[in-house]
Amino acid sequence: MNVAYHIVTCAGIVPDPLQTLEPSMGPDGPGLRNELMLPAVLDPWAAHALYEAAHLAKQHPGSKVWLVSLSPRAKLQQVMMSVAQKAAFELVPIDGPASGFTDSVAVGEALAEAIRSIPGLERERLLIFGGWESASRGAGSTLQVVGELLGIQDQFFGVDILEVSPDGGFRIWERVEGGCHQISRCEGPPVVIGWATGTLPEPPNQPQIGMANMRQIMPALQRAQAVSLGRRGLVYHEVDVPRQQRQTRIVRNATPLEIAREIVEWIRG
Amino acid sequence: MERVLLVLHTEPDGALGKAALESISVARALALEVAAGEWAIGIVGARAIEAGHSVGNCGATRWLAVSGREFGQSRYATDVLAVEAIWRAVNPTLVLAPGTSRWRRAIPGAAFRMGAAIDTHASEVKVLDGQVVLRRWYYRQRIEAIQSRTHRPWCILTEPGTVEPFVASGASVTVESLEVSAPPEVLRTTVEGIQAPPADEQTIRPDAELLFVAGAGWTKKQADGKVHVEEAAQLILEFLRLTKCSLGSSKSLVDMASEGQAVLPFLTHLHQVGQTGSTPRHPKGLATCCHGEEPHVVGWRFIRERRAINLDPNCGWAQGKADVLYVADAFEVMRELNRLLKEKEEATG
Repeated sequence: MNVAYHIVTCAGIVPDPLQTLEPSMGPDGPGLRNELMLPAVLDPWAAHALYEAAHLAKQHPGSKVWLVSLSPRAKLQQVMMSVAQKAAFELVPIDGPASGFTDSVAVGEALAEAIRSIPGLERERLLIFGGWESASRGAGSTLQVVGELLGIQDQFFGVDILEVSPDGGFRIWERVEGGCHQISRCEGPPVVIGWATGTLPEPPNQPQIGMANMRQIMPALQRAQAVSLGRRGLVYHEVDVPRQQRQTRIVRNATPLEIAREIVEWIRG
Repeated sequence: MERVLLVLHTEPDGALGKAALESISVARALALEVAAGEWAIGIVGARAIEAGHSVGNCGATRWLAVSGREFGQSRYATDVLAVEAIWRAVNPTLVLAPGTSRWRRAIPGAAFRMGAAIDTHASEVKVLDGQVVLRRWYYRQRIEAIQSRTHRPWCILTEPGTVEPFVASGASVTVESLEVSAPPEVLRTTVEGIQAPPADEQTIRPDAELLFVAGAGWTKKQADGKVHVEEAAQLILEFLRLTKCSLGSSKSLVDMASEGQAVLPFLTHLHQVGQTGSTPRHPKGLATCCHGEEPHVVGWRFIRERRAINLDPNCGWAQGKADVLYVADAFEVMRELNRLLKEKEEATG
């Protein structure tokens, strides 16, 4: 039984992990110093969700992938220059803050609104994908809001594997404590899947797909609606980079045996 | 005054887990300060009432339970339904719940249905100047914030491992059993079970004293110009066996596995520590053949004592990220380390 899926992947952007982050307090709450200057990447777990979406779409002819992103338009355009080469998708941009200090419910509401506006989306084919947690807020509570607003009650988080059964149902592996997975069987769409790392490597750049994507992405970015997000009474009292600098003792000329002895003592101590 | 509710779930064996007991400690302390010691506890599970009796000495002033086979397993739709029923019965202003994998899935959905604000991964919840505040991390443990909410209800998921668990002893309590029926549309998902790695391959041990991280250097060419993946695997597995530590990995090493390269066969994405992986809580951590780059080290935020073995004296660990950096060949050190540990094991029988 082949089902052509409508896969909507929700993905924000985050500062490149190699960047040093410094918070700064503004009139609207905290943000990152020079936030708009920091190089950005697609949120890592959401990027995995996109790769899984593209992979699933390829296996099920007729499927289509959308990428819904709430991010500052100019930054999103930069990120799309590389992401667009990874997989075929249609971008649905929402012009708004990508900051981790925003409220997850407000973000979920904005995403759900954008998904509702996608023409031709069919509920019986609908899969909502996204990263389980972002690398910015890391709340893990955004996709639930999207699912609730779209009336989807089958939701799975920390997913590493999604298998499609011959009857059109899904077998889903979710991460649970202790390095284990919970395996569930779901009758089929619509579902919400919050991905962990999945099992697929990052796809290589495919310039032809990139060019095809960008033909749709640029006009979509021009049309992106700006949103302002509610805060649900969120007040920040302190936002700081913790003092984590340690006085590293560098041991250069010890023999392996001497080092091993020291480590054994440390472990046992 | 706040109305405080703590929502718990039972584990597959019917008991309350460590994270649940930790969140009882948080709820008790908070209720004393903001609710004159009055608080309700709601439990979801196949035999939730029995679980309630097992923590009968916790000081809660009201007990509720949603029981039944449908509520014995972690399934979003039924869990949200159960939590919603408890929530409606108590009408709380402040809801606490342990950040277990099950509740991290379901509680945000229930909170949204109840019009609540929600915050997750709270590593501390306390009262400051008469206000409930929480501490949590942003940007993968790189920025820390203290925050509060004026919105009520407010739901807080507490991070496991951040407080001492409540010491429970059984006591008979009056538990209100809530009747919740699960309509067919919430039963489209069935739980098959838990897939654990075979016992001898179970290398993720959250309660271990030590985290051992293997980096990509284990699979690179060594001084003789050859790779020694098999020996690396033996050394690491032997060390795990001898110390009962937990195994972690850097992203690059795990990615190499998924790209089909010959690498350490027992590593999966579940072992990944850092920006796109986990942030485990172990008292000590030992990194080997790993450069200590920022995306990986953010996953070490809660490792108190850190040591690393690396051939590069200028690697990331040397830049204030470890307490001790041993500039040495990890193969040689691990051989000696395993030998010493084995000798100690034999000596103690």
